[in-house]
Amino acid sequence: MKYLTTIGLEVHVQLKTRSKMFCGCPTGPGAPPNTQVCPVCLGYPGTLPVMNGEAIRLTVMTGLMLGCAISPYSKFDRKNYFYPDMPKNYQISQFDKPLCLGGSVEIDAGGGAVKAVRLTRIHLEEDVGKCIHQARRSGVDFNRAGVPLMEIVTEPDMETPDEAFAFLLALKQMLLYLGVSDCNLEEGNLRCDVNCSVRPEGQAELGTKVEIKNMNTFKGVHVALQYELDRQLEAVRTGERIVQETRRWEPEAGATAPMRSKEQAHDYRYFPEPDLMPVVLPPAQVEAWRAALPELPRQKRERFAAQYGIPEYDARVLAAQKAVADYFDEAARGASNPKLISNWVMTEMLRRLAEREMDIRDCKVTPAALRELAALAEIQAINSNTAKEVFAILFEQGGDPAAVVRERGWGQNSDGDAIGALADRVIAENAKSADDYRRGKEAALKFLIGQVMRLSQGKANPQMATEKLVQRLGRPGGTG
Amino acid sequence: MASDTIDVTYVARLARLNLSADERAAFQSQLGQILDYVQAIRGVDVTGVEPTAHAIRVQNRFREDVTADGLAMDAILANAPQHSDSQFIVPRIVE
Repeated sequence: MKYLTTIGLEVHVQLKTRSKMFCGCPTGPGAPPNTQVCPVCLGYPGTLPVMNGEAIRLTVMTGLMLGCAISPYSKFDRKNYFYPDMPKNYQISQFDKPLCLGGSVEIDAGGGAVKAVRLTRIHLEEDVGKCIHQARRSGVDFNRAGVPLMEIVTEPDMETPDEAFAFLLALKQMLLYLGVSDCNLEEGNLRCDVNCSVRPEGQAELGTKVEIKNMNTFKGVHVALQYELDRQLEAVRTGERIVQETRRWEPEAGATAPMRSKEQAHDYRYFPEPDLMPVVLPPAQVEAWRAALPELPRQKRERFAAQYGIPEYDARVLAAQKAVADYFDEAARGASNPKLISNWVMTEMLRRLAEREMDIRDCKVTPAALRELAALAEIQAINSNTAKEVFAILFEQGGDPAAVVRERGWGQNSDGDAIGALADRVIAENAKSADDYRRGKEAALKFLIGQVMRLSQGKANPQMATEKLVQRLGRPGGTG
Repeated sequence: MASDTIDVTYVARLARLNLSADERAAFQSQLGQILDYVQAIRGVDVTGVEPTAHAIRVQNRFREDVTADGLAMDAILANAPQHSDSQFIVPRIVE
């Protein structure tokens, strides 16, 4: 019998705010334990939470970007449970009135196919503290407690670990485009829980759902899903019952294992948070935020292809990361041949950045310098090997490409007699093109200039080459 | 409704309360009275009244995203039953 596999994801995203969700404590990573805490996030009696408006804005912007409906009325609730990472014994979250409903993320489903993964909701809550497990006891650091945490819940729309992986990549790309989170997996900015099940083909109802936790990387999500779905398929084939449970991914073992099920762990007794008033966003406010949405990866790809006439493949590579896309956009604007800019960015630039594990925003080659370098190479003021050497120098030191060429004497030859001699030779060897030009075919001149450049190994001054050729050929149409 | 009987033992366990048999009986009766009261409220005609989580009409109370100083570490750890390396120490949590 054939079986179908179904996957849904819950993605937790730490929002990029300066202060926490309900108090003014800073949110930056790397601070010593318990140095970014106050009576509110430590849950002292008598304290009151106050909503960070910026966290609301970032969540709604995310919802708008992902095509969600923004709730006209939203509120916060208490999710009650006992765990040392939660000093209040409840987490402020959203139960029945989340900020955003519906929406979808388009993923690359392989073979050029695009698939929309539907979202159930996006809600906002506070992150909890961090437990550091030791041999006989656990330590708790509350720096993270109260950091705004956006939870994005999908419908069970994915069928393979590849699709889940593609979803996470697409989501992360969009979140980075919008700038709502640093999406740094090592810092725990983005965390993901997985629900998955198997069922016989033809059965409409989903199989028993198993939740997996503790994947720290997207790759981890992929391998954990592979393992878990295989385990479930094996179980149903051998007639073993699958129990609804939460399992923990253990990377060292390469396996999932049941977590000790906490009794009544899922009875959270949600009730409205009495200390926080509802969020009722005026439609004008929501529309103003919608108008402020940045261009998204797909729109950028389409614009790059249309505006700069570059191939779809180039547009996709360049738009993959917002910073790279912004760089290309600036360099290509006003360039005589944007495809050359695209080639430079996709090859030399991305290769060198990858070698150094560098961000393009820290690159010393400014967009203007790259545009100038591409132009120098295009008019063959320098040959392509020289251009790469100039790029390497700019990459290390920054500066102006023309100055680099001049200082190193890599520049063009402006010796009138020498170039005149080359012009004579080119005309003699390309009589047909010379005639074409005399009969008024302007394009033939470009070819002849190119030949002079080639003979001079790219060093001839192209303006002088043009001058010498025109002197010898007379004006187009034979009137000179 | 008769089905609205509260399982006091279950609720007490969720709340980490260790109740004696006498206490259970007392809470059973008191919580029953609260449910009866809710039952009485259910009889009120609320046609056209939106459900609300709050009794006052205040909404959108936000603060600016600015940081403020928290508490000094020694003040915080003074409240910890046990601490080590600036962390609160709790019994080992087994997952």
